[in-house]
Amino acid sequence: MPEPFEPRIVAFFCNWCTYLAADLAGTSRMKYPPNARVIRVMCSGRLDPQFILKAFADGADGVLIGGCHPGDCHYQEGNYKCLRRFNLLKRVVKEMGIEDDRFRLEWISASEGDRLRSVMIDMVDKVRALGPLNWNASVEEVAVS
Amino acid sequence: MKPKVAFYWCAACGGCEEMVVDLAEGILDVVAAVDIVLWPVAMDFKRADVEAMPDRSIAVAFINGAIRTTEQEEWVHLLRRKSQVVIAVGACAQMGGIPGLANFSNRAGVFQTVYREAPSTLNDAGVYPETIHKDNGFTVTLPRFFDTVKALHQVIDVDYYIPGCPPTPQLLSDAVTALLSGKLPEKGSVLAPDQALCMDCPRKDTKPERLAISEFKRPHEVLIDQEKCILAQGLLCLGPATRAGCGSRCIEGNMPCTGCFGPTSRVRDYGGKILSAIAGSAASNDEAEIARILDKIPDPAGTFYRYSLPVSELQRKRL
Repeated sequence: MPEPFEPRIVAFFCNWCTYLAADLAGTSRMKYPPNARVIRVMCSGRLDPQFILKAFADGADGVLIGGCHPGDCHYQEGNYKCLRRFNLLKRVVKEMGIEDDRFRLEWISASEGDRLRSVMIDMVDKVRALGPLNWNASVEEVAVS
Repeated sequence: MKPKVAFYWCAACGGCEEMVVDLAEGILDVVAAVDIVLWPVAMDFKRADVEAMPDRSIAVAFINGAIRTTEQEEWVHLLRRKSQVVIAVGACAQMGGIPGLANFSNRAGVFQTVYREAPSTLNDAGVYPETIHKDNGFTVTLPRFFDTVKALHQVIDVDYYIPGCPPTPQLLSDAVTALLSGKLPEKGSVLAPDQALCMDCPRKDTKPERLAISEFKRPHEVLIDQEKCILAQGLLCLGPATRAGCGSRCIEGNMPCTGCFGPTSRVRDYGGKILSAIAGSAASNDEAEIARILDKIPDPAGTFYRYSLPVSELQRKRL
């Protein structure tokens, strides 16, 4: 029997809010699916769109960005930069044939461990329902015909 | 004996051939220094002529155009075998170029548009190109058309790149001079300055310290100020992420940069990089207002990957 599909989510969490929320969820022993590979960045504003595109190209089934709530950025405006880039990048990613639910931006503060848990559960469910993205294979498939 | 040089074209518009012609009388210097052994646009050579040459007997092959058919693929493999140095000339050979936009579709989609739906197409019989066609006892063949367009280095090993759509004659003659003198840069180099166009821009002093754009506009909607930074005027000028070396031709013509020189050496994905610069300059912190500002940019993927879709991280649309 083939193994059931487990989505691979690449999660970019900012050092000051969402990464601490993940820490809190862990120390509070909250249970959520272990599908995310978390990459800590100092600020969601540090996220170069190239990172997200590379994650998809290299096999991620979904990409989640977690940053501080608007107004709460440790660097004052970094999350707004992220928000602007996300808006445009979301359109690009969609034009490339990647479904909306595979790419998500969430504001999660350091105290919102439970919110981190519910976002993770929701995203993994939605991506699981979409199935594997398997970027290289889908590119190759059309290339050889 | 003069070094042998070949020029070849693949999926391209012919603009790169025009660049050679634009050397004007400079072409006489080139012809005096080298022996042109292949140049389909201007001289009569057959594939058998090239096949008959000893391997590595051509000093340099200048190849322009993207690869989208089996014929082009065969030709560039042949030229790679016969040449010591291969230079990818122009945006199509370097990054896929305009033909690379076909990676938003596939062969079936391209054929449907070109042979069926285009307003200028008359094809009531529904004839499409076939690789093998038999008629009246005769068999004729055509090269196969790929679903995915590729840049030259995705098909054969490439030594150097001359960027541009088309490149300037200056870049070509600089490359020829460098080759003849043996002063070659590191393999894989792009033979143009490794800095952003903004550094070279005649209007760079008018570029504000911090760009804040509250309204994106398209060239046909406004009269563009001839002195001020074009991006600061709200037009999508891709200079911040585009390699210099073009002589700011579009800017001099009062038009925004569309990014034909591709990225500098530090960038992996051109579209992602320019998207970052453009989106970051939207002048708002409010989600709805940001959406309103950025919605004025039509087709962001096609705009930011206009010349580089096949070499981008994602390479093509998933169908």
